[in-house]
Amino acid sequence: MATAQATPVLQLTGIGKEFGAIRALHDVDMQVLPGEVVGLMGDNGAGKSTLVKIIAGNFRPSHGEIRFAGSAVHFNRPIDARGVGIEVVYQDLALADNLTAAANVFLGRELKRRIGPFALLDHKAMAARALELFGELRSETRPDDLVKQMSGGQRQAVAIARTRLSNAKLVMMDEPTAAISVRQVEQVLGLIHRLKEQGVAVMLISHRMPDVFAVCDRVIVMRRGEKRADKPIHQTSPEEVTALITGAKEAA
Amino acid sequence: MAMPLESPITFSNIGKIRWWQRGIFASQTGYVLLALAVLLVVMHFASPYFFTEGNMQNVAKNFSFIAIATLGVTFVIITGGIDLSVGSMMCFSAMVTSMVMTELSAPGSPAGSLFVHMAADGKTVLANVPGLILVVSLLAGLGVALLAGLVNGFCIAVLGLSPFVTTLGMLSIVRGLGYVVSNGRGSFPGGPDADYFYALTSGDVLGVPVPFIYLIVLALAMAVVLHHSAFGRHVFALGGNEKAAELTGIPVVRVKIEVYVICALAAGLQGIIISGWLGSAPANMATSYELNVIAAAVIGGANLAGGIGGPLGAIVGCVLLEVIRNGLVLAQVSSYWQQTLVGVIIILAVLVDRIRSRMI
Repeated sequence: MATAQATPVLQLTGIGKEFGAIRALHDVDMQVLPGEVVGLMGDNGAGKSTLVKIIAGNFRPSHGEIRFAGSAVHFNRPIDARGVGIEVVYQDLALADNLTAAANVFLGRELKRRIGPFALLDHKAMAARALELFGELRSETRPDDLVKQMSGGQRQAVAIARTRLSNAKLVMMDEPTAAISVRQVEQVLGLIHRLKEQGVAVMLISHRMPDVFAVCDRVIVMRRGEKRADKPIHQTSPEEVTALITGAKEAA
Repeated sequence: MAMPLESPITFSNIGKIRWWQRGIFASQTGYVLLALAVLLVVMHFASPYFFTEGNMQNVAKNFSFIAIATLGVTFVIITGGIDLSVGSMMCFSAMVTSMVMTELSAPGSPAGSLFVHMAADGKTVLANVPGLILVVSLLAGLGVALLAGLVNGFCIAVLGLSPFVTTLGMLSIVRGLGYVVSNGRGSFPGGPDADYFYALTSGDVLGVPVPFIYLIVLALAMAVVLHHSAFGRHVFALGGNEKAAELTGIPVVRVKIEVYVICALAAGLQGIIISGWLGSAPANMATSYELNVIAAAVIGGANLAGGIGGPLGAIVGCVLLEVIRNGLVLAQVSSYWQQTLVGVIIILAVLVDRIRSRMI
């Protein structure tokens, strides 16, 4: 999958972050290629979420450089990161239960049509586009159904469809399989495959070893704010990754 | 980029929701509307006077007196907030409007000299276009409402204070200011433009009371804004999941401030209309009206937890309250029972909705 000559979608060099006296991240280098699924693993407090928040534009790094699709970028707010093509699927999915699937997909970037001086919502276009996105994700989700009435898998599909709206180049998913049933985990992993097929790079932040080994091309292990391992998935094993996470093995 | 679709997408395991299980039929508003229809039929048989033209006009006028403020508070309730200051706001706006009107119409006063002057025969004569005094006083009345709404919105959205506490404080502040500016005496719309004022607030067009016309126009506008504009979508999203709204880039602070401003303006307009009907703006006007207004919104199906509500529900709630009040009078039941009955209905309306949502 990973071709050496492709320009990385995301390239971090020497990223570090301090909160006062606490060093949350130290000298992290990593890259993600187009269409690659990278698993980001580590125990609580290992620096995963800080790293994700830096990439998503929630925090600014204290040191280092972020390059996106070849050019250096500086994010002040999450909206800047979204602007260049980085989308985040949050753990709690950030869905409004009282709205329809289509409304949630387009939340904050509604399609409008002008009628005289007024810009009104274009319900038809949004429903059509949402249906198209659900189709691409092969999810049985109707755009006009309320999110309240949906299964965990469908809700994931809505959250992921949202990232497809802007043709994002990198999608980061924070614990997407943490709180759903086994059958729905299958669906979500399927959704990740769909994204990959379409050339989207995915960063999967997860505690669940089987999920990471099922979909990822490469796994990165964080411990104590440093990157301890960065290996193609077929060159490692769940045992080795566990050892790296817990610190039984220092680096690989 | 787009993949060839495996369309039409088929849904093998999800049934289509029946028409009577969604939309208005599945909402509290629908049930209360049904209850209202039953009540109207009962009233028709209980009293021969109920469906007379005079009584209908009376009902239409009376419920319009709280319904416009109810529309405003419904916006706030949909976002998951609450505004307790509407009653005081009605009074203060009405008072400022009539005081400004009186002041501008007095030839001797500093501001009044710009608008009127004394003619040789001792009568006041307009210096400018007729109606200008009215426009300025209405703007002043709505202006103070706008300010109060901005303060509410700022405290809640920017400083992060709880809506209940903030607006409870505003209830007291605005009522107190009303007593301060009027010295507790109340005020009367006066001067050359008073006739226009009464025509605009308590007149009627072809037998339809004007407050009712305002109500219908505003309710239609509200329906369009809520369901067909990005702002309305954001109002619902805020009530459904505020964190999600924030993460998806909705300007949460701005939307919140806007709903409190809309609510205060609606209350101000309502107060001005009531003062036109009363012929004065007493300092204790609309005391505790916030409870009627919120009760009407809740009976009509607005959910205090946020995310649900609309103009139809607001109006249905107001009509129900007014029909009950009117009905009790016609049935010669002591009007003191009204408040008790209103309380029972609030609980019943919410209870019925609870039972229904458990059944599905």
